[in-house]
Amino acid sequence: MSGMTAPFKVEHATRSSRIGSAALAITVIVLAVLPAFAGRDDLRLCSEIFVYIALASLWNLLAGYAGLVSVGQQAYVGLGGYILFACAILAGIHPLAAVALAGLVSAAVAVPVAGLMFRLRGHYFAIGTWVIAEVFRLMAAQVSALGGGSGISLPAQIVITMAPSRQLREFEMYWLALALAVAVCGAIVLLLRSRYGLALTAIRDNELAARSNGVDVRRLKLAIYIATAFATGIIGALIFLQKLRISPDTAFSVNDWTAYVIFITVIGGIGRVEGPIIGTLVFFLLRQSLADLGSLYLLMLGAVAIAIMLLAPKGIWGVLAGRFGWQLLPLARRLRFSADGRTNPSA
Amino acid sequence: MMEWVNVIIQGVLIGGLYAMFAAGLALIFGVMRLVNIAHGDLIVVAAYLALIVTGAVGVNPLAAILIVAPVMAAIGYVLQRALLNWTLGDDLLPPLLVTFGLSVIIQNGLLELFTADSRRLAAGAIEVASFPVAEGIWIGVLPFIQLVAAIAVIGGLQVLFYSRPLGRAFRATADDPSVAQLMGLDNRHVFALAMAVSLAVIAVAGVLIAIRTNFDPAIGPARLIFGFEAVIIGGLGSLWGTLAGGIILGVSQAIGAHIDPGWQQLAGHLAFLAILAVRPQGLFPRIQG
Repeated sequence: MSGMTAPFKVEHATRSSRIGSAALAITVIVLAVLPAFAGRDDLRLCSEIFVYIALASLWNLLAGYAGLVSVGQQAYVGLGGYILFACAILAGIHPLAAVALAGLVSAAVAVPVAGLMFRLRGHYFAIGTWVIAEVFRLMAAQVSALGGGSGISLPAQIVITMAPSRQLREFEMYWLALALAVAVCGAIVLLLRSRYGLALTAIRDNELAARSNGVDVRRLKLAIYIATAFATGIIGALIFLQKLRISPDTAFSVNDWTAYVIFITVIGGIGRVEGPIIGTLVFFLLRQSLADLGSLYLLMLGAVAIAIMLLAPKGIWGVLAGRFGWQLLPLARRLRFSADGRTNPSA
Repeated sequence: MMEWVNVIIQGVLIGGLYAMFAAGLALIFGVMRLVNIAHGDLIVVAAYLALIVTGAVGVNPLAAILIVAPVMAAIGYVLQRALLNWTLGDDLLPPLLVTFGLSVIIQNGLLELFTADSRRLAAGAIEVASFPVAEGIWIGVLPFIQLVAAIAVIGGLQVLFYSRPLGRAFRATADDPSVAQLMGLDNRHVFALAMAVSLAVIAVAGVLIAIRTNFDPAIGPARLIFGFEAVIIGGLGSLWGTLAGGIILGVSQAIGAHIDPGWQQLAGHLAFLAILAVRPQGLFPRIQG
């Protein structure tokens, strides 16, 4: 495709994606220097937003592109958190090294889990992943060295090893969360621009057609499942490094790590990279104004997600992109012929 | 020795309950390829309905089934016609996400209405009554009723499916929805009836749970998972298979609980995963198309 003799090249960027990418780059730079201006509460809120952008982007990759609708990603959030605490408390590993280790262990665990879960089709795969998360939760409750069912806090002497002062530690956590969100989104964009991205988009649009065009669907799905487990494990470790306390119920919470994430992705736009980012912003805007409603808030969120799924299944970003042709990220594929400059637009 | 026989008998009896969860799930999956993630939460709705009915009318909880089952069936019919029919199609996502949203809505709605407090239906002497079947082995009347109810419900579904016009409509729509429609069936109506039957089945289960154990708005997902495990263990699409699946799950949980109370649910999940690893098609897969 990229050889010297090719009569055409593939262009990813459009005018709106150039504007969008520039705006995103500026946003990231501003966010990176934010600790210099913003207060503690704002930084915490931003970290939480970054975490949800990353989680939702990963779930979108899994369900929106690879067709693997999991309602059990809390398995890897919790696993990552518990690996972090186990490494730091039981093995004396530095917390930041333990974060990386949490990702590797999650990926390793995902291999046999996928072997079992891929035997279940479609809908049943979804509930199967939930069983896995439950198994992890019940097992975590059996580990008495990590507090059993009631959980455990990260001892102060381990917390201090991360940074000399509380403020520096909070900055560190903020930057880690930002870096993680940028890395996850960046990796997904790069993946989608590669030939695997073309295959994934094909699976998203029609799995049977993708298979008949030579896409090794099963292998690609397996790779995506493991890669998402890796990143989700890292995010989980980061979440609980920030909370400094873990328990089976918070670590493997289906509401916190899956229900919210699904609603965010559906509302923002499933099967589009921009969707989870838009969805997360909408989610936090709603939460900041409706948080007092408690369980009614979740109830309304569920109703909004159902309405969007039925009336505008491509979500907010899908509607905007469809109407105005907007694209935040350079993900289009457009053939530009070198001979006469003709263009042949294609998705 | 006697102790283990007792454990296994208790497991078999509780398995009847799981079989009823599973039969409702398998029924709608069989007819319209829909997995209802809110299934467990609807079981909890039935339990709360029984609580209201016994409180308001003052009838025995077992008699409350006669009111709760038709109400649940009506809810099922309306739910399917008004909401779930719109999600059916080739795409897996809409039914999954809509029923998932429904599950969250039901849980939080129940939480608003009834608070997070644990409830239980008082059924009087029957709760603790038991009868001896052999030296040192006693069977509780209530667990026994549960298993008998499960066998009756599954037997009834079997008759409905294979020797009644409605069952023929279910099977025809399951085999080929478009041809069924050409033959004069209204698929939307058939699907809604299937959901009504499914919810009537879990109404029986919901009332029995409410008498036997404490319940609160959050226990739904675990019931969904038990039902799902029983379906997969039994083999997709086989009604009697769900009974076997439920019993295997119940016995595994009973054995786990006997070793260590913390292992009750874990043992059930591990049995499910083991069967999935060794025999992914389940123990009693459907033979004919």
